[in-house]
Amino acid sequence: MNDIARQDADAKTVFGFWVYIMTDCVLFASLFATFAVLHNNTFGGPAGRELFSLPFVLTETLVLLTSSFTCGLGLLAARRGDKQQVLMLFGITFLLGVFFLTMELNEFHNLYLEGNSWSRNGFLSAFFTLVGTHGLHLTAGLLWMLTLGIRVARSGLRAVTVKQLTLLSLFWHFLDIIWIFIFTIVYLMGRVV
Amino acid sequence: MLGKLSLDALNNGPIVLGAQLTMLFGGLGVAGLLTYKRRWKWLWKEWLTSLDPKKIGVMYIIIALVMLLRGAADAGMMRAQQALSAGEIHGFLTSDHFQQIFSAHGTIMIFFVAMGLMFGLINLIVPLQIGARDVAFPFLNSVSFWLFAAGMILINLSLAVGEFSAAGWLAYPPLSELAYSPGVGVDYWIWALQIAGIGSLLAGINFVVTILRMRAPGMTLMKMPMFTWSVLCSLILVIFAFPILTATLAMLALDRTMGMHIFTAGGGGDAMMYVNLIWAWGHPEVYILILPAFGVFSEVVATFSRKRLFGYASMVAALIAITFLSFVVWLHHFFTMGAGGNVNAFFGIMTMVIAIPTGVKIFNWLFTMKNGRVRFTTPMLWFLAFVVTFSIGGMTGVMMAVPAIDFQVHNSLFLVAHFHTMIIGGVVFGFFAGLTYWFPKIFGFRLNERLGRYAFWCWFVGFLLAFIPLYILGLMGATRRLDHYDASLGWQGLFIVAGIGAMTIFAGVGFQILQLIVSIRKRHENMDTTGDPWNGRTLEWSTTSPAPFYNFAVIPDVSERDAFWVAKHKKTSVTPVYEDIYLPKNSGMGLFIAGFAFIGSFAIIWHIWWLAPLGLLGVIACVLIRTTGGEHEYRISAARVAMLEADRLAGKETS
Repeated sequence: MNDIARQDADAKTVFGFWVYIMTDCVLFASLFATFAVLHNNTFGGPAGRELFSLPFVLTETLVLLTSSFTCGLGLLAARRGDKQQVLMLFGITFLLGVFFLTMELNEFHNLYLEGNSWSRNGFLSAFFTLVGTHGLHLTAGLLWMLTLGIRVARSGLRAVTVKQLTLLSLFWHFLDIIWIFIFTIVYLMGRVV
Repeated sequence: MLGKLSLDALNNGPIVLGAQLTMLFGGLGVAGLLTYKRRWKWLWKEWLTSLDPKKIGVMYIIIALVMLLRGAADAGMMRAQQALSAGEIHGFLTSDHFQQIFSAHGTIMIFFVAMGLMFGLINLIVPLQIGARDVAFPFLNSVSFWLFAAGMILINLSLAVGEFSAAGWLAYPPLSELAYSPGVGVDYWIWALQIAGIGSLLAGINFVVTILRMRAPGMTLMKMPMFTWSVLCSLILVIFAFPILTATLAMLALDRTMGMHIFTAGGGGDAMMYVNLIWAWGHPEVYILILPAFGVFSEVVATFSRKRLFGYASMVAALIAITFLSFVVWLHHFFTMGAGGNVNAFFGIMTMVIAIPTGVKIFNWLFTMKNGRVRFTTPMLWFLAFVVTFSIGGMTGVMMAVPAIDFQVHNSLFLVAHFHTMIIGGVVFGFFAGLTYWFPKIFGFRLNERLGRYAFWCWFVGFLLAFIPLYILGLMGATRRLDHYDASLGWQGLFIVAGIGAMTIFAGVGFQILQLIVSIRKRHENMDTTGDPWNGRTLEWSTTSPAPFYNFAVIPDVSERDAFWVAKHKKTSVTPVYEDIYLPKNSGMGLFIAGFAFIGSFAIIWHIWWLAPLGLLGVIACVLIRTTGGEHEYRISAARVAMLEADRLAGKETS
């Protein structure tokens, strides 16, 4: 394939990925709507304000936001063709992502141990579904980052890997934005309202 | 080890045994024939692993037509049961079996027949119509198709192994929850739709990008053929609606397998949330199906009236208006839920408003025919019948959009008659018109006209016989999904008429099968040697029939609407300048991905917990292998294109 055709194909892929992200947005919108409907259906169990610790969630949020920042820097490095920087910055992003996920799973685990599992009531079901779906997306992103990192380390920054890094960072920023909504709607509003 | 699966799952009584044996021997027969003719390798290399949208489209349509037979068999059993089962006589089906049958009928007809025909036609025609050689993401296209096929196999497997859902085609909770449907039926329903739905979603993304990014130079949006426009609008609906389905099915699955309380009757769940979500997908879904049918009719009417489409811009505006409006009417499916007078009024009015753009389209088609040189070919007959049926269906639709009337006819056979009028009289007639119209483009020869007419008349008369009685029965108070009624109600006569109507439709299906056989056997009489058998207007007719695997040797330049019509009448011949063409290599990975998704789903349905993660890991591994693999394309050099073109054009002249 010649260069023009290649660029054309890449532009198509990026555009297609944007469309995919839009569909994922609708998926999350459905889960948010469900959470909004069910958030008071505690069926005698504790409400959000008794379960969530804001400092903990704020830490999670800051970790994820930082990972988004390093991800952005990583993409800039990829555009410059700086392989070492790419590996370092995406490495940091990866570690921050793992750290975030560990915190989230820790929160889930504690809720479970306290008897507030997903099967207790509608509110907790919707909570675990919404936040868990974000976590699953994040896990997929981490897996993608890992395999892509290995490819970059092995065969350097080629056009195809830079394109994949572009898509990955789109995905990562998207998850960040979803998290901001989760932070606001699930945790902040659950705690305050 | 095998979860809930045991040999008991195979034992479901004599009627199901018949179906099991039919599927078994059908499968063995096909396998035997392939072995006998030594065609396995051919099947694998030419079809199953092909990334050519023209072949993927044919595979979609084959599945859809086979599923049409399955869905029709279900319909026949329901009609027979309702015609017989009055008073003392209880028909031949148990209530539970009857419920499984209508659930399967609805699910199969919408997801695997209508969607299959739609994606089949889209694959076959859209790239040709926009002057493209391929779709935006050929591999993704194959994944979409195979996910659709995996869903189809799953839903049919439920007939042989276990049971199917008895909770209706949309599986409303709390009935579809574990407490009231403890078997595997609803799980089959969830996972068959989940994988097929994700396939549709991916196909939606793929074709939106194809249409927006791959049109021939000069083809601005307002110069696109109307079928492509309708597909674009329909697939934008797919993009916005199918994620809701994915989320909703996932939540129902979480309720059933993880013990959650999202839609349950107890534990703080909210069943009405499900009904809202499923119709927020479901209502757009109806428009997803009907818009491409509108597009087909736009092409058919213009071609066979030998005029350009009347009111192109208003047609586009109507499509866009319908696209938008279809998202603000979902509540009319459950006015009786009691959302309050103002809410019902809003959704009622929005529903009535949809009749305006739809009416605009009907009038535009009729004005296209006015002063045209109309040829009454089979596609035109389907169109004319559609105008009648769709107007009846539209009027009953507006009636039911009035909440006060809806309270009377909610869940009655009146509703059943209404949506069958729209889906058979609209979607199915549209796709049949499209299949007949584009058949020569796909296979190189026309379908037999006479048998096509017979099939049409059987379908049309049978349709009226089958569904007009249901309107009357609905007004008489017959509710839907009845497997038995009291003889004193006086319904049996009308149910028998409806049964006769169904048989007439089956005769139509029989004629269609005969039409295919006769047309294939006598294909030499109906060869399309010009590539333009109907004196067409759009780009797909500018290439040979069937189109070469690269569609166009030289990408056409478009300056006006009806690009091919304009080019034909200019008669300027330019010496073509060929260039290298890049096309995707075959790949079996789409099939493997869908295969692993199938295994994972089957494992979850039967609670085989060690197998489910293997399915997921398989999918991930396939995706990784594909995305890290080497070059996925091959080159056809300009010289080779020139040679192929010379052969092709020579063949066109001699034959």
